[in-house]
Amino acid sequence: MKKVLVLGATSAIAQATVRLLAARGASLYLTGRNAANLDAVTKDAATRGASNVASQVVDLNDFDTHEALVEAAYTALDGLDGVVLAHGVLGDQAEAQRSWTATEAVLRTNFLSAVSLLTVLANRFEAQQAGTLVVISSVAGDRGRQSNYVYGASKGALNVFLQGLRNRLAKSNVAVVTVKPGFVDTPMTAHLPKNKLFASPEKVARGLLSAADSRKNEVYVPGIWALIMLIIRTIPETVFKRMKL
Amino acid sequence: MKSRESWGRYPRVEQQTHALVWRTDALPTKDGSLLPHGLGRSYGDSCLNAEGTLLLTTGLDRFIAFDPATGVVRCEAGVSLDTILRLAAPRGWFLPVTPGTKFVTVGGAIANDVHGKNHHRGGTFGRYVRRFELLRSDGSRRVCAPDENPDWYGATIGGLGLTGLVTWAEVQLKPISNPYVLQETVPFGNLEGFLDVARASEKDYEFTMAWVDCLARGKKLGRGLLYRGNFAPPQFDGLPLAKSHLSHGVGLAVPMDMPAFCLNRLSVSAFNWLYYHRQNGKPKQRLTHYDPFFYPLDAIYAWNRIYGRRGFLQFQCVVPYATAKDALKEILERSSRGGLPSFLSVLKTFGDIPSPGWLSFPREGVTLAMDFANRGEKTWKLVEDLDRLTRQAGGAVYPAKDARMSPANFAAYFPRRERFMQYVDPSFSSSFWRRANPVSLPSSLSADLLSEIRSP
Repeated sequence: MKKVLVLGATSAIAQATVRLLAARGASLYLTGRNAANLDAVTKDAATRGASNVASQVVDLNDFDTHEALVEAAYTALDGLDGVVLAHGVLGDQAEAQRSWTATEAVLRTNFLSAVSLLTVLANRFEAQQAGTLVVISSVAGDRGRQSNYVYGASKGALNVFLQGLRNRLAKSNVAVVTVKPGFVDTPMTAHLPKNKLFASPEKVARGLLSAADSRKNEVYVPGIWALIMLIIRTIPETVFKRMKL
Repeated sequence: MKSRESWGRYPRVEQQTHALVWRTDALPTKDGSLLPHGLGRSYGDSCLNAEGTLLLTTGLDRFIAFDPATGVVRCEAGVSLDTILRLAAPRGWFLPVTPGTKFVTVGGAIANDVHGKNHHRGGTFGRYVRRFELLRSDGSRRVCAPDENPDWYGATIGGLGLTGLVTWAEVQLKPISNPYVLQETVPFGNLEGFLDVARASEKDYEFTMAWVDCLARGKKLGRGLLYRGNFAPPQFDGLPLAKSHLSHGVGLAVPMDMPAFCLNRLSVSAFNWLYYHRQNGKPKQRLTHYDPFFYPLDAIYAWNRIYGRRGFLQFQCVVPYATAKDALKEILERSSRGGLPSFLSVLKTFGDIPSPGWLSFPREGVTLAMDFANRGEKTWKLVEDLDRLTRQAGGAVYPAKDARMSPANFAAYFPRRERFMQYVDPSFSSSFWRRANPVSLPSSLSADLLSEIRSP
């Protein structure tokens, strides 16, 4: 990935990824909602060695902007061969249970906006017969649990969409990489008590880029989550539904 | 409330933490006071805030600009010196002043106005801070520089994080031709020997510092090895490259708290004897990478664990040249007599370049740093005595390494304290500040606090 569009570049995992890409001398097009924060990430990337950095303040929940955004990225970087889709919200499960509006907001950001963007990007990459689409999903999409199934559903739906997209684009030399981080120590999880399973955003970013480099399909980062989720997926539903998870 | 320790692992206090994420964010509103906290390499309690909140600054780790033509770097205050070196050293720029560890943040380097092996040539870190932004709890932001808000600049450099939060800073780096240091080791037989060779080395060597065998007594009191060096010129030949140049960053680790019996008079004595005699009494010259030259202890991750769970007390003083010989002799004799070995003792001369901070520690004279395993009352008494000897000699003790200096001594060491107090942010405080400066509190509170100060 030499010319990369990073969506949601101010998220902790995206920032760490941007740093690694910058150190490799990549060209970057960054988006974020907050102008000051995006500016901080953009200058950091430029200082750390990115060949070219452009950015755009945009709310990705506004689907009408997506076509123009992708076009702007293509123009600014003179082409595009990589995408890191990193925007997302954790939401509040309790609030989502009470309110459809809260549920819809999570689905809209994590699933619908991703689908809208990937529709535009997939067609571009399919036409140019090259590129890598990296999408940050979550282990939470592997199985619904009472503590965060709205967030989980948004990521689970995303995973299925990506499987289909991967299947479609395989013959066009376009890689679709689903990255499933476990717990990550970021501002998104600042309110949660930390344990040994929490990984740093830097570690997740390294896993993400190595998966992108080798054009993997689905990866768990850190790798231990492959085992954890295998166990969680294997538990029969009859038993699972009685568990406190 | 979380228990968090400083590098010396004493004291341990309960406090809240708040991770800062963006430099443009407002400060959090909390009950109790705030204190910026970077990588926690201060040894005592100047980086702790019992019952208050630590503002964790390591999330403010972004660069803002770096100009490879001028060597000016602008970055957020949580960027570490290690990170700056990784960016700048391959492009021919080095830190103008660096302490003995690169795992400190720019904000911490400013707050303690740190010094290094080149103090006699370059002064303190603060001299190279061109400007920075200070965020106060009232929400105001000031750009501070020698010619812009100079009072805030002088109060904040060396100001122990008490004047507000430094969000970003701009630092002038120094050009180097390559990452190697031409280093020479010169043994000296006693304290006089140190003073002679150290002063004689100042003219031709940018970097000097000495390791001293603090267990040697009598005629050998103050014997040790002086390291001096310069960055190598663009072309060099004929000298062997030290093997250690390959060790970059963290190599070894102290895997656990060492039990107390590992460090005793015998083991420290043996280490010091071996270390001294490795030299055969002759000067040795070699080329070495900057990493092992400036940061030998950084290669051993968590070396502070060697002192076990009870931690250790650091003591670093500076005494003026006029009294240096006698005062240092007394200090070394007292610590050697104490039967509590200092594993690593360091001597260094400070030059006459004034420090920009009102509360900066470095001043012209000789500085001595020692660390003592915390063995309770006995250690406490020893360090109290060293404090007294320092004060009698007209010297000062370094707050960044201190966990116990008295308010009276603090006032004596830092005569500009009164002026500094006007600039302390009303919502900022630290365990050190409340201990060393109880007059900053309402009188009823300060009496309570004074009575709480007791030995470990």
